[in-house]
Amino acid sequence: MNSRWPYYTPLIILGILAFYFAAGLGQNPAKVKSVLINKKVPEFLLPPIKGSLKGFSNSDLKNQVVLVNIFGSWCVSCRIEHPFLMQLKEKKSIPIYGIDWREPDSTAGPKWLKKFGNPYTLIGDDPNSLGAIAFGVTGAPETFIVDKNGIIRFKHLGPITKDNWDETFKPILKDLRKK
Amino acid sequence: MKAIFTIVVILFFPLAALAVDPGEILKDPNLEKRARSISKGLRCVVCQNQSIDDSDAQLARDLRILVRNRIVAGDSDTAVIDYVVSRYGDFVLLNPPVKGVTLVLWFGPIFFTLAGLIGLILFFRRQKIDSKDLVQMDNKEINN
Amino acid sequence: MIIEIGHFSLVLALFIAGLQGTLPIIGAHRNNHSLMAVATPAAIIQFILILGSFTALTYAFLVSDFSVINVTSNSHTEKPTLYKISGVWGNHEGSMLLFALIIAGYGAAIAVFGKNLRPTLKVRILGVQALIGTGILAFILLTSNPFLRLTPAPVNGKGLNPLLQDPGLAFHPPLLYLGYVGLSLTFSFAVAALIEGRVDAAWARWVRPWTLAAWGFLTGGIVLGSWWAYYELGWGGWWFWDPVENASFMPWLAATALLHSAIVSEKRDSLKAWTIFLAIIAFGLSLLGTFLVRSGVITSVHAFASDPTRGVFILLLLIVTIGGAFILFAWRGPTLKGAGLFQPVSREGGLVINNFLLTVAAASILLGTLYPLFIDVLKLGKVSVGAPYFESVFVPMMIPMIAIMGLAPLLKWKRGDFKTAIEKLKFAIALSVIGGLFVWILIDRASAFTSLGMTISLWLLTATLTELAGRIKLFRSSLRESINQLFRQTRASWGMTLAHAGLAIAIAGITASSSWKVESIQIMKFGDQVNVAGYNYTLKHVREIQGPNYKALRGTFIVNKGDDINWVLEPEKRFYTDPVMTTTEAAIRPTFLGDLYAVVGDRDEKSGGYITRIYFNPLVPWMWTGAIIMVLGAGISLTDRRHRVGAPSSNKIPAPGIPAE
Repeated sequence: MNSRWPYYTPLIILGILAFYFAAGLGQNPAKVKSVLINKKVPEFLLPPIKGSLKGFSNSDLKNQVVLVNIFGSWCVSCRIEHPFLMQLKEKKSIPIYGIDWREPDSTAGPKWLKKFGNPYTLIGDDPNSLGAIAFGVTGAPETFIVDKNGIIRFKHLGPITKDNWDETFKPILKDLRKK
Repeated sequence: MKAIFTIVVILFFPLAALAVDPGEILKDPNLEKRARSISKGLRCVVCQNQSIDDSDAQLARDLRILVRNRIVAGDSDTAVIDYVVSRYGDFVLLNPPVKGVTLVLWFGPIFFTLAGLIGLILFFRRQKIDSKDLVQMDNKEINN
Repeated sequence: MIIEIGHFSLVLALFIAGLQGTLPIIGAHRNNHSLMAVATPAAIIQFILILGSFTALTYAFLVSDFSVINVTSNSHTEKPTLYKISGVWGNHEGSMLLFALIIAGYGAAIAVFGKNLRPTLKVRILGVQALIGTGILAFILLTSNPFLRLTPAPVNGKGLNPLLQDPGLAFHPPLLYLGYVGLSLTFSFAVAALIEGRVDAAWARWVRPWTLAAWGFLTGGIVLGSWWAYYELGWGGWWFWDPVENASFMPWLAATALLHSAIVSEKRDSLKAWTIFLAIIAFGLSLLGTFLVRSGVITSVHAFASDPTRGVFILLLLIVTIGGAFILFAWRGPTLKGAGLFQPVSREGGLVINNFLLTVAAASILLGTLYPLFIDVLKLGKVSVGAPYFESVFVPMMIPMIAIMGLAPLLKWKRGDFKTAIEKLKFAIALSVIGGLFVWILIDRASAFTSLGMTISLWLLTATLTELAGRIKLFRSSLRESINQLFRQTRASWGMTLAHAGLAIAIAGITASSSWKVESIQIMKFGDQVNVAGYNYTLKHVREIQGPNYKALRGTFIVNKGDDINWVLEPEKRFYTDPVMTTTEAAIRPTFLGDLYAVVGDRDEKSGGYITRIYFNPLVPWMWTGAIIMVLGAGISLTDRRHRVGAPSSNKIPAPGIPAE
C-alpha cells in the first residue's frame, strides 16, 4: 500500500546536508593541522647563507627548546613579525633558528638581515625548499617550537605578535622547559 | 594579519600550469613516467585544488624535484608518497586512500547503485501487482 | 545618478517580486481573478526593472566610473571594451545581478509566451519564480550590492584578472546561467504543480520546452568552460573534477534525467513523482553550486572570495527553497501515482533504467564533492577527493547507460520486444565490436579500456542511425520514399537523433584525447626541430610584442608534414600589469584527427633557447563538434510546432513507427 515515508526521505537528506553546510561555514577547508606535531623533525641539512660559516641541520635540534622560523626577504608578513623576533633576541628569551626559504639569489637573504637585523642563532639557506618540506611548510612566516629531544611540539602559521606570543607560545614554552 | 598572510600564500597561486620543465625531466623514461604519475596524485599545498604536476607554484616545483630525487635514489612509489605524506598529512593525497575514514566514500556509489536497483525492482514489482489488480477488477465487473 | 537609478530600480524590483510571489498564489487558491491578474504584468515589470539595473551597472563599467566600488575592483581604463562588459559579470556582485536578471527573464518569458498554460498553473509558476527572485534580490541588496559608491573615486581600477579577459570565458557565465538558472523555471513548474495538486500529461508537455532550453544552455555553458580551460591553461586539460565543475555537471545530469522522465510522464502517465523530484533536485543542485562557489566551504580554483555572511544567506535560501519544495513533495507525493503501466523491457523501461543510472552518477559525484566537507566537520582530519575517484566511479556507470541509449529507442512503448530490437541492431553491434577490436589491435597504444570507449561510442552512433533508418524505411522501400520520410520526421525526433549522435561523437573524442595524447617538452633554440606525432615543428623565432594591456613573448613555429602541410603556429606568453599576472596563450590548429597544440615557455638562461611544450591531442575537435551537435539537437527540438501549440493530444499509445521523443 501507499506509505508516505519514501516521500519524506528527500527532506531528511536535505536536513542532514544542511547541518554539514552550516557547520562547514565556520571552518576553513584549507587550514590543515600539522601531522608532525609530537614527532621528531625529519632529516634535513641546509648550507649556510652567504657570509656565514655554519648552516643548519636537524642534528642542531637538541638539548634545548628552540624556535624554528621560516622566512624570506620576499615575504611581507615576515617583515612585519621581524621586530618582535629582534625583541626576543634582545631579551634572550629563546634561541631562534631560521630557514631562509626560496631566496631569488644568494645575496637577498644576507642583505635583508643586514638591513633589518639578524635575530637568528643559526640560519640555513633553503633555495630548494628541502628544509621547508621537512617541516611541512606551506607558507611564510611559519614558526615551530622544537623541544630538547628534537620533537616538534607546536606549529604557528603567520607572523608572531605580542598577543599570540603571550596567548599561545608562552604557556607551551613554560610547559616544555619544566620537563 | 591573517589577510596579509593569505596574500602571501596567494602569491604562490599558479597562474598558468606550464608545470614540468625540461630541466626537471629525468633521463630514464620509466622513472620519469613514475614521477609524473606520482606527481599527478599529490596536491599542491599552496594552491587551490591542483596537483604538483599541474601547478606553476615554486613549492610545487620543489616537490616535483624532490619526488624525482627520491625515485632516482631508489625509493618505491609507496615510499616516495609516504615521504611526502609523513610531512604534510593525508590531505596531500589527491586520491583518497582506502582506509577507515574513506570507506563511506568508496562504498557510497555501490550503496547508491544497490539502493537504486532495489528501488527499480520494487517499482516494477508494484507495476505487475497493479496490472493484476486491474485485471482482477475487470474480471469482477464482468462476472457481476 | 545612473547608478542610483540602477540601485533604486533593483529595490523596486524586490518589492514587485514580493507582490508577484504572494498575491497570485493566494488568488489561484481562492479563485480570485484580480489577484491572479497581478502575475503577468508584475513578471514583465520586474524583468524590465532588473534589466534597467543591469544596464546601469554595464554603463558604469563601459565609462569606467571608478566611483563605483564594483567597477574599481574589477575594471581598468585600458581594458578592451568587450572585457569591460564581461567584467560586469566577472565578479561576485555582478554575477548575482545577472542571476537575478535571468530568473526574472525566464519569468517574463512564461508571462509572455505561456499563453496556453492553464491559468491557475501559470500564475502559480510565476508566483514561485518570483519568490525565488525575491530571495536572490534580497541577497544582492543586503550582502552583495554592486551599486555601492567609493569616495574619493580612484584614478584607475584594479583591473580584471587576465585569465578572464578572453572571449570564451567572457560568455561562459551568461550561457551557464541561462542553463542552470533556467532550471529555476522547471523548479517553479514542479512546485506550482504540487501546490495545484495536479501533475498531468499537459503539465509534462508544457514543462518540456523549458527543460530543453535550460539543458541546451547548460550544455553550451559547460562545454564553453571546458574549451576555455583547454586552450588557456596550457597543456590541453579540459576537465578536472574540481568541485565547482562538478557543481555544474550535477545539475546537467539531473536535467538530462528530467528531460527523459518528463517524456514518460507525458506519454505514459507514469513516473510523475519522480519527474517532480528531479525538477526540484536539479535546481537544488544549481543552488548548491552557487553556495559552494561563494561560501568558502570547499577549496576550488573557481572559488570567488569567500564571505561567511554570504554563505549563510545562500544556505538559508537553499534550505527554504528546496526544503519548502520537499515539504510539499512529502505532502502531495502519494497523490502523484500514475496509471500508466509498462514492462521492464520497453521504451519506458529503458528510460527508467537510464534515469536511475544518471541519478546514481549524480549522487556519487555529490558524495565525492562534499566528502572533504563531511570529514572536516566531523573532525576526522582532512581528505582530498580528486579526479581518480570521480573517473573510477563515473565511467563504469556510463557504459551501461550508453548501451541502453542505443537500444531503448528501438523498443516499443509499454511492452518491448527485445529480440526484434536486437535483430534490427545486429549491424550496429557487429560494427561496434569490429571497430573496437580494430582499435585494440591496430593502434598500439590502445588499452582494453580505450577500445571499450571507442566501441561504445561507435555503438551509440550506429544504433542511433539505425533507429533513424528504421523510421524512414531505409533499404526497405525506394530511396525517394526514404528521403520523403526523412523530411516528414518531426523536429523533436531530430532533436533526439542529433543529441544522441552528438554524444557518441563527443565520447569518441573524450576517449581518444584522454588516452592517446602525445606530449613533448624540450628546450629549443631558433632553428631547432622536433617531431610530434608525425608533424615537424621548427621554432623560427621568439619575439617581444605589445598588446592592448600586456606585453608578450610570441613564438613562431613552422609545422610541416610531408610536402602538403606548411602551417604557422604562434603561441604567446603574456605579461599583464593590471593586475600583475602571466598567462599562456597556446597556438592550436585543429585537424580532423586531432589538435596540434604548441606552447612557448620561459627562456632557458644556460642554453639561450626557450622551453617549448608541443602536444598532439587526438580527436579533440570531435569533442567540441559532438557537443555543438547536442546543443543543436536541443535547439531544433525547441522549434517543434507541438511545443508551441501546447495542448497535448489525448493519451493514445503511439504506433511503433513513431520515435521515442
